[in-house]
Amino acid sequence: MNLLILNGLVVDPANRICKKADILVENGKIVKIGKIQNAKCQMPNAKVIDAKNKIVTPGLIDIHTHLREPGHSDEETIASGTRAAASGGFTTIFAMPNTHPPIDSVTGVKFVLMTAMHEGIVNVLPVGAITKGQKGEELAEIGKMKNAGIVAISDDGKPVMNANIMRKALEYSKMFDLPVISHCEDTNLTKDGEMNEGYISTVLGLKGIPRQAEEIIVARDIALCELTDGRLHIAHISTAKSVELVRDAKKRGVKITAEVTPHHLSLTDKEIKNRNYDTNLKVNPPLRTEDDVKALLHGLADDTIDCIASDHAPHLAEEKQQEFKIAPSGIIGLETTLPLVITKLVHKKVLTLSQAIEKLTFNPAKIFNLNCGSLSIGSAADITIIDLNKTKTIDKFESKSKNSPFIGMKLIGFAITTIVGGKIVKENGKIISD
Amino acid sequence: MKLNHKDLLGLEYLSKKEIELILKTAKPFKQLFTRTVKKVPTLRGKTVVLLFYEPSTRTRTSFELAAKRLSADTVNIAISTSSVVKGESLIDTAKTIEAMKADFVVIRHSMSGAAHIIAKTISASIINAGDGMHEHPTQGLLDIFTILEKKDRIKGLNIAIVGDILHSRVARSNIWGLNKLGANVFVVAPATLIPAEIYKMNVEVHYDISKIIHKLDVINILRIQKERQEQHLFPTLEEYSEIFGVNSEKLLNAKKDILIMHPGPMNRGIEISTEVADSKKSVITEQVTNGIAVRMAVLYLLADTDGGECESFNS
Repeated sequence: MNLLILNGLVVDPANRICKKADILVENGKIVKIGKIQNAKCQMPNAKVIDAKNKIVTPGLIDIHTHLREPGHSDEETIASGTRAAASGGFTTIFAMPNTHPPIDSVTGVKFVLMTAMHEGIVNVLPVGAITKGQKGEELAEIGKMKNAGIVAISDDGKPVMNANIMRKALEYSKMFDLPVISHCEDTNLTKDGEMNEGYISTVLGLKGIPRQAEEIIVARDIALCELTDGRLHIAHISTAKSVELVRDAKKRGVKITAEVTPHHLSLTDKEIKNRNYDTNLKVNPPLRTEDDVKALLHGLADDTIDCIASDHAPHLAEEKQQEFKIAPSGIIGLETTLPLVITKLVHKKVLTLSQAIEKLTFNPAKIFNLNCGSLSIGSAADITIIDLNKTKTIDKFESKSKNSPFIGMKLIGFAITTIVGGKIVKENGKIISD
Repeated sequence: MKLNHKDLLGLEYLSKKEIELILKTAKPFKQLFTRTVKKVPTLRGKTVVLLFYEPSTRTRTSFELAAKRLSADTVNIAISTSSVVKGESLIDTAKTIEAMKADFVVIRHSMSGAAHIIAKTISASIINAGDGMHEHPTQGLLDIFTILEKKDRIKGLNIAIVGDILHSRVARSNIWGLNKLGANVFVVAPATLIPAEIYKMNVEVHYDISKIIHKLDVINILRIQKERQEQHLFPTLEEYSEIFGVNSEKLLNAKKDILIMHPGPMNRGIEISTEVADSKKSVITEQVTNGIAVRMAVLYLLADTDGGECESFNS
């Protein structure tokens, strides 16, 4: 089907476009951007989408999604996760490898790609494990997985605690130009930890996780990145000092990038007290303090932090409805990331709309060498149409899991149409999966 | 006046007036213990479920006696023989108890916030009998009641809590309660057993009791759990005993009327010497007695009954 998207405000940071324009899509590719005279006459069979008063952007990219398949399809599947992605305006998502079993071989990579091809409704790009079984002991077959289609390597969910193995990973992956996504956590310091260490953890009697547990590994991995000249990407950065470490490293020319989650930008550890031990606030790394949030926002604005990523981590209700100590960490994020970014960052003028879109499209594409993230002529028509003024209270999800601390929160700015390769997968708020 | 809460989850959530009300209410209940029949009909027809996920002798027995002396029916749920061992969640256990129409659930749990979960889930009054490292409000109240009985005031007293502050729910409840009533609270422990930013709870942090012993009116000594040594929180029990244990030698410079308290069970010879534990300064056994009176007061005030003013039991 050919598409004509008319009268939208096109925001494409990759091509430095921010203007009112029409977009013509033919055979799944973008063929024209600009004023299209007599568009309907020129393309009588094209489906017309009126994007007046709406924002038209490259399809959003989430570089940190846990799809739970294989192993925990009761929490999420590639099918349900991609529906959630489409609903949230994402056209491309990474599949993190901490599944059961972990994606640490060509077989695992092929399973994700094949399942996504048959059951997914957005593009799914697998991330391979750094080490076999994510045990942190021996390198996985990184080269073979690269040939099979991975876009990065990570033992996310856990750190690579052995510095020598991390060094080898950075050295080895360099040959394939694959970024290493680091989950920065010194597990000796976080053992049994439940929330950020500080006054609130003391009052609530929950085991604290010191910020230094993250910062030590950020500093270590920066040092290893300098040693190896590898490519390091810091996942879910959460403390002020970590931001400072990344900023300084970037100034020195270290090949380092970083991402932040919307929940670390919008919630603090105080909420755990305000909401009486609500386990939907239990995340890893833990929610930090107001000073950290300020530093993260500043880091985003000055481009120390390159990307915003959901860290979509589905868990069953019965797993979360337990004592705080035994409830698993993580929340779903695919369907709340964009409205949180618009509500908390764009409407509050922390970022311009263009900057915000850049951190959800062009920057992730650039870091991970992806063939998407722009509205360039000839590129696949992955497009998201956003209503900046649409107000909604968060209540329903396409994700199989509902573990969100944002349920009941009124947010402004949602994706209303999602187009993947020229095919509409979400329209008027509804998923179209056929 | 009644408590403005369905539950008693911690002293943090009570006002000074509410704490004073509980302490005042406990007084006549204690006098009841001198009678031949130590029982009043106040909670007749009410059911108190004792849900203890952790082993406990004194707290469980104290609550049971408190409930029985108010004529309530009590049910003990021993976790080792309950559905919990079959994997039943706390919420489902709470719902089962709710369906059985319990009026009170007294819960002891090893995890912080467990009492909050159950309080949110069911309509019965929940009394937190200790949740993880969070709070143990009735222990805090009975400690304050005991100090008040002996010193006639709380305001202006210098009170030290000595021991494993990091893991102690008793310490947190004491700090909230004593601060609200105007005491000066000190915590003394190895640095590894002091929780983060505790100074924000309005306490002075010390690592050597000898430096402040002369000004203390009360020392509340906490039990040291032997497994903390395995977690490398201090090198040996012997070292702990020598540096942080309270013994007669350390009390040489103390005020003559200093009170020695301990929530029990004690590790004699480790955090407290036998000589100190059994000395005239020690009010440890009185704390146990007062625990029943305080718990009766809590049950009475949460029951919202028409049982009349508690002073009437004084006759």
